[in-house]
Amino acid sequence: MAVTRAEVEHVAMLARLSLTEEEITQFTKQLNDILEAVRRMGEVDTTGVPPTMHALDQIKNVFRPDLPRPGLAREDVAGIAPAWAEGLFVVPKVVE
Amino acid sequence: MAHVESLDAELQAAYEPVIGLEVHVELQTDSKVFCSCPTTFGAEPNTQVCPVCLGLPGALPVLNRRAVELALRAALALHCTIPPECKFDRKNYFYPDLPKGYQISQYDQPLGVNGWLEISVNGEVRRIGIRRVHMEEETAKSVHVAGGTHTLLDFNRAGVPLIEIVSEPDIRTPEEARAYLNELQSIMRYMEVSDCKMEEGSLRCDANISVRPRGTDVLGTLVEIKNMNSWRAVQKGLEYEIIRQTRLLSDGEPVVRETRHWDEGRGITRPARGKEEAHDYRYFPEPDLVPLALDPAWVAEVKATMPELPAERRARFVRDFGLPAYDAEVLCADPAVAGFFEATVALYPQPKQVSNWIMKDVLRLLNDAGLPLAATPLRPEHLAELCRLVDQGTINLTVARQVFEEVFANGRAPAEIVAEKGLAQISDESALLKVAREVVAGNPDAVKNYRSGKEKAMGFLVGQVMRATKGRANPELATALVKKALAEQQGQE
Ligand SMILES: [Zn+2]
Repeated sequence: MAVTRAEVEHVAMLARLSLTEEEITQFTKQLNDILEAVRRMGEVDTTGVPPTMHALDQIKNVFRPDLPRPGLAREDVAGIAPAWAEGLFVVPKVVE
Repeated sequence: MAHVESLDAELQAAYEPVIGLEVHVELQTDSKVFCSCPTTFGAEPNTQVCPVCLGLPGALPVLNRRAVELALRAALALHCTIPPECKFDRKNYFYPDLPKGYQISQYDQPLGVNGWLEISVNGEVRRIGIRRVHMEEETAKSVHVAGGTHTLLDFNRAGVPLIEIVSEPDIRTPEEARAYLNELQSIMRYMEVSDCKMEEGSLRCDANISVRPRGTDVLGTLVEIKNMNSWRAVQKGLEYEIIRQTRLLSDGEPVVRETRHWDEGRGITRPARGKEEAHDYRYFPEPDLVPLALDPAWVAEVKATMPELPAERRARFVRDFGLPAYDAEVLCADPAVAGFFEATVALYPQPKQVSNWIMKDVLRLLNDAGLPLAATPLRPEHLAELCRLVDQGTINLTVARQVFEEVFANGRAPAEIVAEKGLAQISDESALLKVAREVVAGNPDAVKNYRSGKEKAMGFLVGQVMRATKGRANPELATALVKKALAEQQGQE
């Protein structure tokens, strides 16, 4: 179950990463090493052990009440926007 | 492919559409699902945002308990099974309306599974399966300026709680899709889960549709349709897609598995460009939220405090008020209208009469005004009073209708309007007899016709009396007095 170069390129595209040929070679090897480590862990017999979905899976149901509170001031929001116009974030056009 | 209007009967008989709907509904909480920002619709852009819903690094989500309760209500109302525990997952994709680069959703452990709802089309009741109901967060709203070079973003909507309701592929026609959406909207409104306003985006619908030779069990190639932003668009989009796919199949051409967008302006669906790779969402458990245990005692408590379902209310209206099933269906579609009916009947216990008024006049005026009932000054007391004025003979039905329009517009008491405008029925015999004599004297042709046996002429003469009194004459009395005036005239000859 080796990871191929094509899969590395696909995952890089999904993550919007632009990789060089050398990086693809390097990451293909590293990802295969990681998967090999995981495969070896898979050899442990875990029959009857429920999967750990969360590091804190003994803690459940952490809630807040439905009480609205004001958020950030608009000037502060504008301050962190890469570009801003008339109260709105401005981003490169998305093709639908 | 050219625009196609319809399929001939032969093709319709040979192929069968298979439709499943995915409906997103915004939950009506006061604050967002993972932060305390308000959810008020229509606020100035980017004034209801914080580090959590802007996806700023280090900000952590905390789940809104009320959102879970409303989602549970929705799932229970749709007869879903509630698992003892569920969790949240990250759905990863890159789009500017999603600042974290993932949407918090539920993947393999939804909050509700295996439910159903019943629809009625042309008198036939069918049960449509609900595969799952899961919680997720709303994305930001993007504004695309036509011809512009940029996209604008408002994060007020980001983080508003949503549920996604996925049906089984049990729907067979656009009419059934419509009935399914109507019933779903009704249920969500009854449960006070959501206002389900498609025009404000608090209810949105995508469809999965394939076509197969009738009589087979295999599923055809699935096409997803998005961007259907109104009831009409859902119906038109499905109709178009059924025709397109049926034509392809009957021509022996393959249907491509793809996502298509409904193009309202051109009345067609067209392939969505790019984003195919976005279907690889790489879900994984959300490490920032702990699991959600749905303790049976809590679920039972939510169930116990649930309002009545529309189907229950319809049955009650037929049983307790003796209404026809049709009346019950029309009245119960909107819980506000059903409540108005019940409140009016409590004051004026003539259910069928009240039902007629609501179906004919109230719903028509609401539709014309484009308003929900709560936004009008109309109260049950008004309709009850108006019905009594008719029963007592103070006004006739024609005048009552005019008065009603005024009550609807300004909320004044009917009796007040009747008194002020002098609309009370004229039951004064001497005054009406005078009018009847004038009508008989002034319409010799009609009188001649009547005397020669043409009964219809009587209707004309009474109509003239009504006209002369601006519709205020008591109709029975007017008929009697026209006859009296005719007899007098004959006696004089
Ligand atoms: Zn927020």
